[in-house]
Amino acid sequence: MVEHRDDFGSKLGMWLFLVTEILLFGGLFIAYSYMRARYPVEFHHAGAELNATLGVTNTFILLTSSLSMALGIVAMQRGQELWSRILVGCTVLLGLVFLCIKGVEWAAKFHHGLYPDSARILTLPQGERIFYGLYFSMTGLHGLHVIAGMGVLSVMLVMMLRGRIHPGHYTLLENGGLYWHLVDVIWIFLLPLFYLAA
Amino acid sequence: MNSSTTSAGMGFLADEGPRRGLMAWLTSTDHKRIGILYLWSMLAFFMVGVGVGVLMRLVQLDTFHHLVTARTYNALFTVHGVIMIFLFVVPGLPAVFGNFFLPILIGAKDVAFPRLNLASWYFYIAGAILALLSLFTGGGAPDTGWTFYAPFSLQTGTNVTLAVFAAFVLGFSSMLTGINFITTIHRLRAPGMSWFRMPLFCWSLYSTSWIQILATPVLAITLILVMLERLFGIGIFDPTKGGDPLLYQHLFWIYSHPAVYIMILPAMGAISEIMPTFSRKPIFGYTAIAFSSMSIAGVGSLVWAHHMFTSGMSEFANMVFSLLTMIVAIPSAIKVFNWVSTLYKGSIDVQPPLFYALTFIFLFCIGGLTGVMQGALSINVHVHDTYFIVGHFHYVMFGGTGFAFFAALLYWFPKMFGRMYSKKLIIAAWFPLFVGFNMLYFGMLVLGMQGMPRRYYEHLPMFHAGHQVVTVGSWLLALGLVIYLVALIWAARKGPRAEGNPWGGVTLEWTLPSPPITENFEEIPVIDHGPYEFRKGGQHG
Ligand SMILES: [Cu+2]
Repeated sequence: MVEHRDDFGSKLGMWLFLVTEILLFGGLFIAYSYMRARYPVEFHHAGAELNATLGVTNTFILLTSSLSMALGIVAMQRGQELWSRILVGCTVLLGLVFLCIKGVEWAAKFHHGLYPDSARILTLPQGERIFYGLYFSMTGLHGLHVIAGMGVLSVMLVMMLRGRIHPGHYTLLENGGLYWHLVDVIWIFLLPLFYLAA
Repeated sequence: MNSSTTSAGMGFLADEGPRRGLMAWLTSTDHKRIGILYLWSMLAFFMVGVGVGVLMRLVQLDTFHHLVTARTYNALFTVHGVIMIFLFVVPGLPAVFGNFFLPILIGAKDVAFPRLNLASWYFYIAGAILALLSLFTGGGAPDTGWTFYAPFSLQTGTNVTLAVFAAFVLGFSSMLTGINFITTIHRLRAPGMSWFRMPLFCWSLYSTSWIQILATPVLAITLILVMLERLFGIGIFDPTKGGDPLLYQHLFWIYSHPAVYIMILPAMGAISEIMPTFSRKPIFGYTAIAFSSMSIAGVGSLVWAHHMFTSGMSEFANMVFSLLTMIVAIPSAIKVFNWVSTLYKGSIDVQPPLFYALTFIFLFCIGGLTGVMQGALSINVHVHDTYFIVGHFHYVMFGGTGFAFFAALLYWFPKMFGRMYSKKLIIAAWFPLFVGFNMLYFGMLVLGMQGMPRRYYEHLPMFHAGHQVVTVGSWLLALGLVIYLVALIWAARKGPRAEGNPWGGVTLEWTLPSPPITENFEEIPVIDHGPYEFRKGGQHG
């Protein structure tokens, strides 16, 4: 087929894809709001159990990563390819830090016997079980998106090194950035819903 | 295909690119080849679904009742539903005719993302393979019905997890197609091809794609939650853990009602192409049809809970959803009136595509009107979960989308394959199809009114006669399908060569040779008039 390049078109496609991602989480947000209206007290109690410090730290990490991503694209626009690579690399690393902190948090919960269907969880009031069910599903799904985002950005890095993404043609990098910002935005909603629910 | 001897003038069909034979098909990003890949794979799954359906009907006869156990019967109706919905009607017309004709109709050389387009087909095949695997692995074929209702879908020992994952992958495929089409329509229209110069099939694909994008993710997350529930027991749909199965129903239908419009809108679009061509007359009420597609997409997203009138929702919610359901019937009716008005004072040429399109209108009217009946709360309470629903649904999905698919295939077949089928054979197939169809599904409407519940393995003696009529109908229908398909498969291989414009159509695809060349257009056309102007004597006068 003819090589046909349409930067606006590929960004439009990316935005449409982001819409589907938002709606994917939208289903979970519906479930959350319904369950929270049904079990307000239990959500309050269970929310107090979460480690808000770790949650807030992770928020800062993700926000910083979004900043470095945005700067990486600006650097590319200005033709500073080396800076762009470094900044995108930082973004991936910050994603990794986020995942590590998340891992520590989940491990602590598991250690306390708090995981879906565990003996301890089944002794909790129903509303708290649902809270943890949603907590693990939503942060877990978000974690998968972080991993996917890191994967995408790593591919971008390789493409930058091979010269397939360069200051003359970097729509892919912008699309990768859009995806990363989406992952960030979803977390911004998760933080108050779970960590600040108490 | 045997290319060397007969490849002259076979356009894209003869252009294999760097690879040969089957690999040329499996690696091509040409939207036309992808459309044909979809066509054959979908027809194969469709025939499997038909086979399962015929078997289900057979079991309702005394003689063959013990052919399968009650459990297998549950698996049969689940598999029939999953195959027909997710592998045939949802991808349906967009995947085959949308892929093949959308770029041509708007004067483009391909879709916006050709490689993503091929990837969508692979997702489709992967989903299909997973669905087939789910029948033979784990706890055996799922027995929940295609709706996977909680809490039963959480408890059953059958392989629901894999089946649900298959549906998830298929949903992904359909979503990617939606993204591709919207971008294509926004970005790749030929110069002068303004929105209101687009053929109506493009409008219907545009509204369908929006539903695919807006509704499918909700299904995806619902299915993910079912999988999480079965694997880890998170409890959200499980009433014993404080969850709510009604939440499942809401989330499921938020997708699955709009999905009905994913299935029917492109069908309506294809009919809107066929009617003017065989009436030799512009379509009546172009803008009304275009906007009714969009309003069906809009209002259709707000009616999902009419599947749940007996689930114990509040009376008020029932009333609201009943009203909205009535409202969504209006744009559908507008289309029917416009198609019929297009025929008025036209010079009608009854060729096979029109014959099948008229059948579509007739069957779709029965399907639509029975739908309005169920929208009324007082009737719904009585016919809920009976054969009436099954009959109604098949009138819309099979009589509607199915027949529109057959009509569209007959209309575009000469363009796609460069060969013509035997019109006599196709008309001969119509008789068993039509008679069998109505025996089968009108019989179901009657049985449902009498109180026969759906998905039951056994039935009371009072329903005996009805079941016999219905089952005989299923044989006739299957016979008609076989004749239809044999006629087309034979034609695709050996049929006489078709001319560029066998029907005298005026939309862009008829300006091209049959089959079109790989690039579609030697030169991108410049459009200076609407899509259905017959008097000017062709598109590029
Ligand atoms: Cu519905």
